[in-house]
Amino acid sequence: MDFSGRSIVSMRDFTREDIQHVVRRALEVKKGAYADCLRGKVLATLFFEPSTRTRLSFEAAMVRMGGQVFGFADPNVSSATKGETLSDTIRTVCGYCHVIAMRHRIEGAARLASEVSLVPVINAGDGANQHPTQTFLDLVTIQEEVGRLTNIRIGMLGDLKHGRTVHSLAMALSLFGAEFVFISPESLSMPEDLTAQLASAGLKFTEVRELSDIGKPLDVLYVTRIQKERFEDFQEYQKVAGSYRLTPAVLSQAGEKVRIMHPLPRVDEIAPEMDSLPNAVYFRQAHNGVPTRQALLGLVTGVIS
Amino acid sequence: MNEPKRAHKVYAIERGTVIDHIPSPMALKVINILGVTQQGILSVGINFPSEKLGHKDIVKVENLELTAEVTDRLSLVAPTATINIIEGWKVVEKRPIHLPREFVGILRCPNPKCVTNAEAARTRFLREGEGRTFAVRCAYCERLYRNPAELVV
Repeated sequence: MDFSGRSIVSMRDFTREDIQHVVRRALEVKKGAYADCLRGKVLATLFFEPSTRTRLSFEAAMVRMGGQVFGFADPNVSSATKGETLSDTIRTVCGYCHVIAMRHRIEGAARLASEVSLVPVINAGDGANQHPTQTFLDLVTIQEEVGRLTNIRIGMLGDLKHGRTVHSLAMALSLFGAEFVFISPESLSMPEDLTAQLASAGLKFTEVRELSDIGKPLDVLYVTRIQKERFEDFQEYQKVAGSYRLTPAVLSQAGEKVRIMHPLPRVDEIAPEMDSLPNAVYFRQAHNGVPTRQALLGLVTGVIS
Repeated sequence: MNEPKRAHKVYAIERGTVIDHIPSPMALKVINILGVTQQGILSVGINFPSEKLGHKDIVKVENLELTAEVTDRLSLVAPTATINIIEGWKVVEKRPIHLPREFVGILRCPNPKCVTNAEAARTRFLREGEGRTFAVRCAYCERLYRNPAELVV
């Protein structure tokens, strides 16, 4: 399998074998393999839209592997403010570095960048579309915490309509024969596109409105934030957000062994008293962002095979 | 009284491409999507009776042999069409419309947040599904559209 020179744009581009390969390499990195392998390599972080967490995680990944980083975290300092097109910025910057990590509010920006760049582009989020490194770190976490990616039973909770993380993760897990329970208010349920895709792949999924309707125990409960802006009526928001707030009581519904995941930042959707439970894996999940990105940086620059 | 017979419904051509079995009234859309409006003489027939379709349109493009890559675009607006290549007044090739795997540069993405609407990028859509009711997905913003004919520029 050759990732050298390959851009990481969308989970749609990856096969089951690709995903297993990345996950395996990330777990090896975590055990200390490939130390310093990016020495002499340079990463450009182009954040046309601010995202502290993702950017720091990319920078930490590069530095931990011995590489160097330059870039910008604020679009107001980039040449985009002078009217330069994204394509021209990428065509220029790709001559300064070995790999680009880019976030942009425009959907499809990373695909376009990957088409004009001479070095691999890693999509660090393009609007509501894709954020593949988040999905890879989610998969690494599932492999690590559950012990497998195949045939897991996963609940997805919250805003399933707008949440790109749950869309990408569901698509990726569909390659591994997962069984899904989608828990959301009707107005924020999974897009029909995606459920149709799962159905045509012969996968089992159920859609429920209440946590109490989960049914059989879950391997993973993936929680996402329900945003106030999605509701016209503030009281309606409070009612919905309140009914989906996780407390230790969730274990009686989702099973004693359920691993609780969340892409973070969380607001009220997981009570702080959950944090000390062994089921709470969301901070370990966030930490996995670094080895996952280390592995991806190593793979696309060709220093990890 | 019997209707007088016409010698030709649409004049025969010596050389070029005849697009037959276009569902009525899509002939003008067909001309548009083929990009042949500035390419010399076009004959257009609309609303002919057809056994297969009830009514059909015909477009004849003189002196231009359209390649399959171009005519396969018709899968968006006239999937029933048949293509006849004419040389020396005779049909030298007859072919149906095939479903292309992707459509490049002929559809517009309606998503205002798509990069193809923000920069001068050539649009590209990937076909999803088989048969005449296929959907297309924008290769950039990845949104799915179930009615591709509506996206024709």
